[in-house]
Amino acid sequence: MSATSPRRVIPIVPERISSLSAAERGSVLDLCARWKAAPGALLPILHAVQDALGFVPADAVPLIAAELNLSRAEVHGVVSFYHYFRTTKPGREVLHLCRAEACQAVGAALLEKHAQQTLGIGFHGTTADGAITLEPVYCLGNCALGPSVLLGKRLVGRVTPERFDALVALARKRP
Amino acid sequence: MTSLCARIRVYVPGDAAAVAVGAEDTAVAIAAEAARRGIELQLVRNGSRGMLWLEPLVEVECAAGRVAYGPVGAEAVPGLFAAGFLEGTKHALGHGLTAEIPYFKNQERLTFARVGLIDPSSLAEYREHGGYRGLANALEMAPAAIVAAVTESGLRGRGGAAFPAGIKWRTVLGAQSPQKYVVCNADEGDSGTFSDRMIMEGDPFVLIEGMTIAGIATGAARGYIYLRCEYPDAHRVLDAAIATAYAEGLLGADIAGSGRAFDLEVRLGAGAYICGEETSLLESLEGKRGQVRFKPPLPAIQGLFGRPTVINNVITLASVPVILDRGAEYYRHFGMGRSRGTLPIQLAGNVKHGGLVERAFGLSLRELLYDYGGGSLSGRPIRAVQVGGPLGAYLPESQFDTKIDYEGFADIKAMLGHGGIVVFDDRVDMAAQARYAMEFCAVESCGKCTPCRIGSTRGVEVIDRWLADENPQKQEAVLRDLCETLTHGSLCALGGLTAFPVLSALNHFREDFHARTPVAAPRRPEG
Repeated sequence: MSATSPRRVIPIVPERISSLSAAERGSVLDLCARWKAAPGALLPILHAVQDALGFVPADAVPLIAAELNLSRAEVHGVVSFYHYFRTTKPGREVLHLCRAEACQAVGAALLEKHAQQTLGIGFHGTTADGAITLEPVYCLGNCALGPSVLLGKRLVGRVTPERFDALVALARKRP
Repeated sequence: MTSLCARIRVYVPGDAAAVAVGAEDTAVAIAAEAARRGIELQLVRNGSRGMLWLEPLVEVECAAGRVAYGPVGAEAVPGLFAAGFLEGTKHALGHGLTAEIPYFKNQERLTFARVGLIDPSSLAEYREHGGYRGLANALEMAPAAIVAAVTESGLRGRGGAAFPAGIKWRTVLGAQSPQKYVVCNADEGDSGTFSDRMIMEGDPFVLIEGMTIAGIATGAARGYIYLRCEYPDAHRVLDAAIATAYAEGLLGADIAGSGRAFDLEVRLGAGAYICGEETSLLESLEGKRGQVRFKPPLPAIQGLFGRPTVINNVITLASVPVILDRGAEYYRHFGMGRSRGTLPIQLAGNVKHGGLVERAFGLSLRELLYDYGGGSLSGRPIRAVQVGGPLGAYLPESQFDTKIDYEGFADIKAMLGHGGIVVFDDRVDMAAQARYAMEFCAVESCGKCTPCRIGSTRGVEVIDRWLADENPQKQEAVLRDLCETLTHGSLCALGGLTAFPVLSALNHFREDFHARTPVAAPRRPEG
């Protein structure tokens, strides 16, 4: 292309201003580099980013989009489609509480009410001390021993309100 | 050092359900107590035997066989040692030989033959118990013969749609393409189901073997297991098993020295129920929003990345090795009518003896609920059961004699689905359950088609108005009309089957649809 050509290609680059720290940015780029050659890499990348940072920050979206040669809208569309991906920083522990039928049959609705009251938050909320984020989940595959919750990656069954309080107290003690 | 067999073997399940009620603490306590007493024992973390109400179910290997104790919390461990449980002595928590417990003894375990029996991380134990014999046979056969065996076995898709597996495979085999795929649907999202999870955690090699056979039969050299992210334990076990299979030459460029290639990896879902629908799952695997595709083209013709794809549920694929090992005739001989083989049924919810029951098709719901299940957990009368997940019908007691059979369930406007049975006692509010079905559809709709995306939200509103006593007759008419639109106008089963739970609740439990006090008004759907 000659220097005098009237056509100018506007490269798609991520915005300069970003709330990501250098470390976060580096981590997102590393994870993209690790996966990007794999077919259908977007979900594995989003999982890896969420595992590393706890959530998928809005400013990671243009970075990932550029790395995968997708539009930001496409990446945002995927992030927002899946319940598991979150765009806000969670508490130190994410507590998934099962709302599905098998748990309902053994008192999940009561547990749900108890959880929201004692934590003082609704679903998707984080407690004031930043310890716990409460999320609904539709089945954890522990349907014979409900009500069930998933605390981090730990599945707990037969969760009574008392057991719930004990779990929360334990989670709060963790740094 | 004493030899392995001289040591006492104690089994404590590593299955997520067992761990959820304390199996990890129990295992730690047993190891600690043994060390304290100077006893050398080998602790095996097996899968679950499926008697989940007895978890943590500890087994001790004795001369007569494995002796069961359960539920064994960590606090019970010192007492068990003191009572001499390592010799299989009687104890308040003892149940005698595991194999003789009626719940377990009266099962026909084909797909689940090894689950709970072996150490799931051990390829050697898998082989000792008949593993990889199916693949060895398949490698001696022509692809068309493998497909024919699967067709003749009568195996139908265990994920819910019950489509004959052999027909799918034949289509993929016949499709011309340089690249084909085998995809395992491990997005077990239906409430009341956990058989996929149990097999992945308790016998992961059977799934790997089944998928490898599918690859060889159809000419697909690459496989994906699309696993829901709610199953972190299954993910860990599968990844480890896949690594072992690669290391032992059972996956990769040259499977078992046959010169045939098959690569396999696990991909995680992200909490979208709709991704259990096959075309939506494929979209998700491609890294997109999990929106349903129009059919045709069928995935067998244009599936993953536009290539011919075998897509089957975990249990379907895990049932393939036994068919190739024992023969189509052997598998076919179980079952009734057009439902051949066995179905791993899951008893869940408010049931005394919840767990996994693998039986040939043909036993009745009543046998399952009372003979196996022992009635409700609360001890109150069973009022309703939901079979087949959140899109399955609610059945009243008058239908408990229905036989477990795909066609039998279709006849009563219900479906067997993935074989999950959720039990409710007489305190259940069926109007609330109907409302939940609509709410669930609204939360989980992929948004592609209008009946499902909009209809489900309207359904919640209509039920709310009805329960608020706003012109109930009109609301009923609108709700029934809405259900019809959902059934006939939706693109996939999510919208298409939501009418099942709603209408069955309405038709069988009409008395629950009455005005409530405003306090009881349920909340808006959660996003």
